[in-house]
Amino acid sequence: MNATGDRAWTSRLPPWAWAAAALLLLLLFNALFTEHFLSLDVKQGRLYGTPIDILDRATPVLLVSLGMMLVIGTGGIDLSVGAVMAIAGAVTAGLIARPEYSVFGSFGGPESIAFAVAVAVCVAALAGLVNGVLVAGAGVQPIVATLVLLVAGRGVAQLLTGGQIITADEPGFRFLGNGAILGLPVPFLVGMGGVGLVAGLARGTALGLLVEAVGENPVAARHAGLRAGLIKILAYVMSGLLAGVAGVLVAADVQAADVNKAGLYIELDAILAVVIGGTALTGGRFSLVGTVVGALIIQTVTTTVLSQDVPVEYTLIVKAAVVLAVCLLQSERFRSRVRLRRRSARTEARA
Amino acid sequence: MSRVPAIRFGPVLATALVGLALYLAGALWLEHFVAWGVFTGLFRDNAVLGVVAVGMTFVILSGGIDLSVGAVAGCASIAVAVLVERAGWSPPAAIGAVLITGVLFGATMGWLIHAFDLPPFIVTLAGLFFARGTAFVISRSAISLRHPFFMEADAAPARLAAAVGGPESVVETLARHAPTTSVVFLATLVLGVLVLRFTRFGRNVYAVGGNSHSAMLMGLPVGRTRIGVYAISGFCGALGGVLIATYRFAGDPTAGVLLELDAIAAVVIGGTLLTGGVGGLAGTLLGVLILGLIQTAVIFASVNSWWTRIAVGGLLLAFILLQRVLQRTFHAASAAPE
Repeated sequence: MNATGDRAWTSRLPPWAWAAAALLLLLLFNALFTEHFLSLDVKQGRLYGTPIDILDRATPVLLVSLGMMLVIGTGGIDLSVGAVMAIAGAVTAGLIARPEYSVFGSFGGPESIAFAVAVAVCVAALAGLVNGVLVAGAGVQPIVATLVLLVAGRGVAQLLTGGQIITADEPGFRFLGNGAILGLPVPFLVGMGGVGLVAGLARGTALGLLVEAVGENPVAARHAGLRAGLIKILAYVMSGLLAGVAGVLVAADVQAADVNKAGLYIELDAILAVVIGGTALTGGRFSLVGTVVGALIIQTVTTTVLSQDVPVEYTLIVKAAVVLAVCLLQSERFRSRVRLRRRSARTEARA
Repeated sequence: MSRVPAIRFGPVLATALVGLALYLAGALWLEHFVAWGVFTGLFRDNAVLGVVAVGMTFVILSGGIDLSVGAVAGCASIAVAVLVERAGWSPPAAIGAVLITGVLFGATMGWLIHAFDLPPFIVTLAGLFFARGTAFVISRSAISLRHPFFMEADAAPARLAAAVGGPESVVETLARHAPTTSVVFLATLVLGVLVLRFTRFGRNVYAVGGNSHSAMLMGLPVGRTRIGVYAISGFCGALGGVLIATYRFAGDPTAGVLLELDAIAAVVIGGTLLTGGVGGLAGTLLGVLILGLIQTAVIFASVNSWWTRIAVGGLLLAFILLQRVLQRTFHAASAAPE
């Protein structure tokens, strides 16, 4: 096997192949060394077990990653998602706990909860719109434009909650965070809905292609008659909207809005999930399957470390190692270096 | 050529004006705001941010970013505390070891970024996770420093003046207004300015940040420069951690959370472009002081602390829009026929 054959073999793989291999390895490791990893129980009509737990807990990161993927596809980045989650959580919990602000006025009815969630998601989409207009309209670098909301967002959320942790312990809200439909946890179903929505938009319509065209070369895209600005804005609005849904789910999980903790550092996890999944930060291409796999890897690493009785503080170090390993595997320069070394070792052995 | 100052000094000038306006507003509306203690307090209370922001300026000027500095500072503070209190090292040895480790850590990240063409954002993010994780592995909770070295460290300038027989008034002024943390901040800043303005390395940083490809074609040592800036940032992060340990008398694995964010904000407010190649440390000093002024004003006005974040975000927005306007005028002017 010569070097060119080698390269052709690795470059023919889909971009998410390395991530999928990593996830399989992680799952294999767990199946072998973690007790009861593959067991599923049914209690009170709901499925329980580690795999379900991973899927359930991965949902916020997954939702945020999907929006982040679209933004990165346009060649941008959205640092504000964690802050947007905090704002969305504060709005929902605030509206549920203070029904006098709701148009329905009733306390805890399904329609008042639906109203609170809808308002929160709209506010989150609006935050995305602000980011999008700054990037596409004013031409500010994405990393700087979204830095504004990252810095100010939690302040705004604290302003909304008055600096308190707002509790909203309502049956309907609890169902959103901890309930189950047909045995599957509601957050997981919401996550699947998010994947379906983004898959439908990105691959069912031309939108995905347009996003990639804008990310690959915005000038060429504009000359080809695409409204590059509008497409970018749409990507940021989607990112904000999905972060808003994630924020609502996180608040529903604990029936409270903790604006200091909700979504803290999630932008980093989401960017990681997207990059691990084979989407380059330079934009122009994105991989939906890869992003889903990336989000699952991040949650599986956390769950694995926890279930192996490793002290919690090692989670971060393991995460750092996984990130670096996947990035190195994806780096063409790293692969060619390893190949060179192997080849020279082989020639030496022959001589 | 006459238009170059607009892009070079415009943002810094605007930052200086905003800083001045903030100070005047504070002086008008807040009682006891105009006092030497308040002003020198800006340097003391923001020394950690300042030192870290100096390193961040180097990295951003070279076209990169370093997300790991806050975690490095936290890790350094707890490492110093453990080495001194648990392992019985002498404080200077512990501080030296931590600083060297910081340099090596930064250099490793720089090497990974350069050698394998990895995005700085991701590599330094892995660095953030690694450093924060290591901090928690070293100790899960804060460790207080009881060694007399740290009790006396902050008054070092005053003690030095007293030792060489300086007049009473000088000693007292130093004791009140120039704690070691402030002096270290200013020394780091001056050293940074000297390196950036007067060494070949400093010019290479601007060249690599302006266009790394041209820099390479010109035969400049792109790799060495990149590794160098991350090493400097690692050093500054570790130094920030040592300062945290010095003025809090404790090492804390959770110290420095979101510090990287404030440092980036200070650098951007100071007029350094995140694309690299444009900006400098004078702006960063102003950026740090403005962040400090906002915080001080919020405390003096006794409004809720979340207004600090909102105000910083608003200022950030104002500055980047201003930079866009300046850039556009500059580009329009240079594109126009002479």
